[in-house]
Amino acid sequence: MKIFWAFVRKEIYHILRDRRTLAILFGMPIALVLIFGYTVTNEFKDASVAIVNQANDELSQEFIEHLTSSGHFQLVALPQTRDELETTFRANQAKLGVVIPPSFSDDFYRQKAATIQLIADATEPNYATTLVNYANQMIRSFQQQKNQMSEQAPYSVAVQTRMYYNPQLEGAYNFVPGTVALILMLICAMMTSLTIAKEKELGTMDLLLVSPLPPMLIILGKVTPYAVLSFIDAIIVFVLGYFLFDVPVRGSVPLLLALCLLYLFVALALGLLISTKAANQQTAMMTSLFTLMLPTMLLSGFLFPIPSMPTILQYISKVIPAKYFIQIEQAVMLKAAGWEAVAFPTLVLTIMLVVLLAAAWKNFKVVKA
Amino acid sequence: MPMQESYAIEAQGLTKRFGDFTAVDAISFNVKKGEIFGFLGANGAGKTTAIKMLIGLSRPSAGEATIAGFDVYNETERIKENIGYMSQKFSLYEDLTIAENIRFYGGVYGLSRRQIALKIVEITERLQLEDYSDKLVGELPLGWKQRLAFSLAGVHDPAIIFLDEPTGGVDPTTRRQFWEMIYEAAARGITIFVTTHYMDEAEYCNRISIMVDGRMDALGSPRELKEQFAAASMDEVFVRLVRGNSN
Repeated sequence: MKIFWAFVRKEIYHILRDRRTLAILFGMPIALVLIFGYTVTNEFKDASVAIVNQANDELSQEFIEHLTSSGHFQLVALPQTRDELETTFRANQAKLGVVIPPSFSDDFYRQKAATIQLIADATEPNYATTLVNYANQMIRSFQQQKNQMSEQAPYSVAVQTRMYYNPQLEGAYNFVPGTVALILMLICAMMTSLTIAKEKELGTMDLLLVSPLPPMLIILGKVTPYAVLSFIDAIIVFVLGYFLFDVPVRGSVPLLLALCLLYLFVALALGLLISTKAANQQTAMMTSLFTLMLPTMLLSGFLFPIPSMPTILQYISKVIPAKYFIQIEQAVMLKAAGWEAVAFPTLVLTIMLVVLLAAAWKNFKVVKA
Repeated sequence: MPMQESYAIEAQGLTKRFGDFTAVDAISFNVKKGEIFGFLGANGAGKTTAIKMLIGLSRPSAGEATIAGFDVYNETERIKENIGYMSQKFSLYEDLTIAENIRFYGGVYGLSRRQIALKIVEITERLQLEDYSDKLVGELPLGWKQRLAFSLAGVHDPAIIFLDEPTGGVDPTTRRQFWEMIYEAAARGITIFVTTHYMDEAEYCNRISIMVDGRMDALGSPRELKEQFAAASMDEVFVRLVRGNSN
């Protein structure tokens, strides 16, 4: 136990004296939360719209007013033709074009089937989809409004949409769990693999292995400080999420933290595994970035929804620990789910932990022999 | 075996095979207590593998060996308690102070707080670094780092200290100072097992062995070896051995 504390004290000196480590440990979580918080968002304001009004009558004017009254769309140009509309796209003045045909009001009142064309600049596909969806919604509400005013109400199906667990569609509800998963993976796994690789590089690892210390104690002594610090980091992110972005924890906090700890151990085991393979810090760093950071960001469902991935990537995503942890977080934080609801992802993470620890331990032994 | 007591290291037919490749081929030698034993060989000759077996990091494929009286197969834990090790890289924490390095390694070997405090005084006095014990090791000149690393390898007063190419990248003056420390330690009864590829350094050893391709092709005092190979310097002895082998 005394030896263990000698280790922890030494590791704390290392951390406190290295600005880079300190910056990664405490700067990164805060920076990530703020960056994701203020950039990753599906909300939009003042999207620039160009309208080709070929009808130019009362109804079309009403429609334009309806479209721009919401404040989300800003009318930037009224081109005469579709060619002129494309010019505004090329000049990046407008992101969405609306074409109202000459026969608009005739079609609407007499044929009961008017057509409006939406043309979006899809060089930024997500943004384009968001704008088109919103425009569609506005067109539907315009139609409903008109129908109510006319005496003869046509048959229609009214759609009522409710967004459960996140009625305002707050981006923060998605990115806070994702950020916690990313931070724990990065700090725990990367810092662990870096710190062990550093001892190898300096040759101090040889000295520790030659000492009478059991290898288990060497590993525990090295990883414990990082485990504690990343757990604190996770709490910092949850707290920032709660106070800055109103992301609630509706379920049980102890359950959330306990599963946080489980995920943290998985990350530690991954870090150990990398460190048994990597001979120096640079290799450890690159391996961590490519095998941990990118998959955690791209394949865990954090930034891109898993169901819309190609089948092969969906299979790959099944071995990404962050995927299961994000599921757990969403269930506990947003859906107030209890223990039973997260049993499956918890089981998967536990199996991953056992497998990774066994692999790391086996590799460690091989390195020793 | 009544003679056993006077030897710090005894090896008999010690062998390490990796698959078909024999890295260390049945080497046999004894090292007396308090002796400075040089272990020479070109890179890849099997020196590192041999040392790893001796310090309990690698299990021999065949042969016998005892270190400080402990068996390399069954008593590696006892061996580890009784040896010190210093590698080419010096193995110091550059972002810790001299005192913190001593405290950490003392802690690793289970020294008490009082013993550690005494060691800090003893080591800094011997290195004439009393005024610098709170200085970061990274700020020290190379020669001092090297001597500090040697002192740390002996922080728990081991019976044997293994030095794996301890003078790499150090200038001749510093190297001589370092060897003075080695002599001092040997005079205190500590056995020194040192690998090197500097032939002038080989002359400082009581006895040397030369490994070529996993075999121990020569063993004796520097003078004996020079006579045996009719060479003027250890350099020549070495060249003759390696050449004789490739012919």
